Amino acid sequence: MSIDVGFLLEALIKIVVVFHIVLIILAYTVYAERRVLAVIQNRLGPNRVGPQGLLQPFADLLKFIFKEELVPLAANKWLYLLAPLVALVPAFMTMIVYPFGGTVNLPWVGEIDLVVTHFNVGLLYVFAMTSLGVYGIVIAGWASNSKYSLLGGLRSSAQMVSYELALSLSVIGALLQAGSLDLVEIVRAQGGFFGLGWHIFWFQPLGFFIFLISAIAETNRIPFDLPEAETELVAGFHTEYSAMKFALFFLGEYANMLTASVLATVLFLGGWQGPFVDQFPLLGPVYFLGKVFFFIFLYIWLRGTLPRFRYDQLMNFGWKFLLPAALFNIVLSAIVALFAL
Amino acid sequence: MKQYLPILMIFTIAVGFGAMNIVISHLMGRKKATRAKLSPYECGMDPVGSARQRFSVKFYLVAMLFILFDIEAIFLVPWAVVFRGLSESLSKMFVFFEMMIFIGVLLVGYIYAWKKGLFEWNRG
Repeated sequence: MSIDVGFLLEALIKIVVVFHIVLIILAYTVYAERRVLAVIQNRLGPNRVGPQGLLQPFADLLKFIFKEELVPLAANKWLYLLAPLVALVPAFMTMIVYPFGGTVNLPWVGEIDLVVTHFNVGLLYVFAMTSLGVYGIVIAGWASNSKYSLLGGLRSSAQMVSYELALSLSVIGALLQAGSLDLVEIVRAQGGFFGLGWHIFWFQPLGFFIFLISAIAETNRIPFDLPEAETELVAGFHTEYSAMKFALFFLGEYANMLTASVLATVLFLGGWQGPFVDQFPLLGPVYFLGKVFFFIFLYIWLRGTLPRFRYDQLMNFGWKFLLPAALFNIVLSAIVALFAL
Repeated sequence: MKQYLPILMIFTIAVGFGAMNIVISHLMGRKKATRAKLSPYECGMDPVGSARQRFSVKFYLVAMLFILFDIEAIFLVPWAVVFRGLSESLSKMFVFFEMMIFIGVLLVGYIYAWKKGLFEWNRG
């Protein structure tokens, strides 16, 4: 097998660029979350570091680096050190299939696809990676050897596997419409009607809402943040973590949020598709990031608005409502696809 | 196969990024550990007993149910991908009812689990 050096070099450059874009988005998601929550709660939020507090993420980074690092005596040392990596790495590995846009013609560069790589099992790859994230949480909860951590880890694993079912069933409807698992092909399939052939308009509104709810539960965000539940479990699985190891869990969680937003955009809101995107391909990334930021804003908005579920309510909702609703959606979508509407 | 190689690259970069951060904070952070700091956090009190305790068996039940249903969900994926592209209407009808029977079987199992009370979190 000959190795295509040109392809590898291109992929490497794209990965480095995408990695930085994602890191910046994550850093400013944290900042945006603090500012938006502050507005919702009628206070100011961080506004001292730089203009409007825009340098806050860098101050936070420095603070994380210089904080004291602790490994509790009772902890299982190697697993304790491994857990943040296990939580972070799979969350970051999904970024290579984010379809930022179609093929564009950039000055000096020429024709270029605005995606690092795409392959015919793209969606399964994303699901495989996001579900690996639960290992990091379970290992952290167990290895810390603290009661709060253990409870947080257990709750989190039960919650994530429960909602992952509804999540994977809710995308089947969109797959029936698109006929592919490749994220780029799924976006291409939604290009009709002046770039508004999005699945949310064409027979998948129910699937979209099931996906959205389970994605929020999957990323452990309010109103499904029982693994962390400050008022009952202190911080859940990362009670015993400090300094950069805590920051890595944090980054991993926000990277999962970003992935969930990207998936919702790609599967239901047409990815980079929108009016006039065929004439001006450079509009693609603008539409794509706009939709993704809308979902991130939704996450923050929900956090500022909703209280937390009780654990039995959470399980009831997932198993007794979302799962049958997702199955119902599959049957409906199958009937639609049968008559090829 | 070459489109899969970036997975290897991003894996290396992500592991490197994470490990580098841990090492930097290990080198730069202050170290002044005391015995109280290194004990498990229980709201400032001395820890009571060990955290290696038995926990509810319900968590195992949820995990088993998840495996059952998730395997069934995976069978739906290839069907969903090819279904729309089937041209012949007769075979399409056949494939449709085939899958409806599969979902029906799945539903029977689901109702059984419900009636057995597996989704009742509060029951003893």
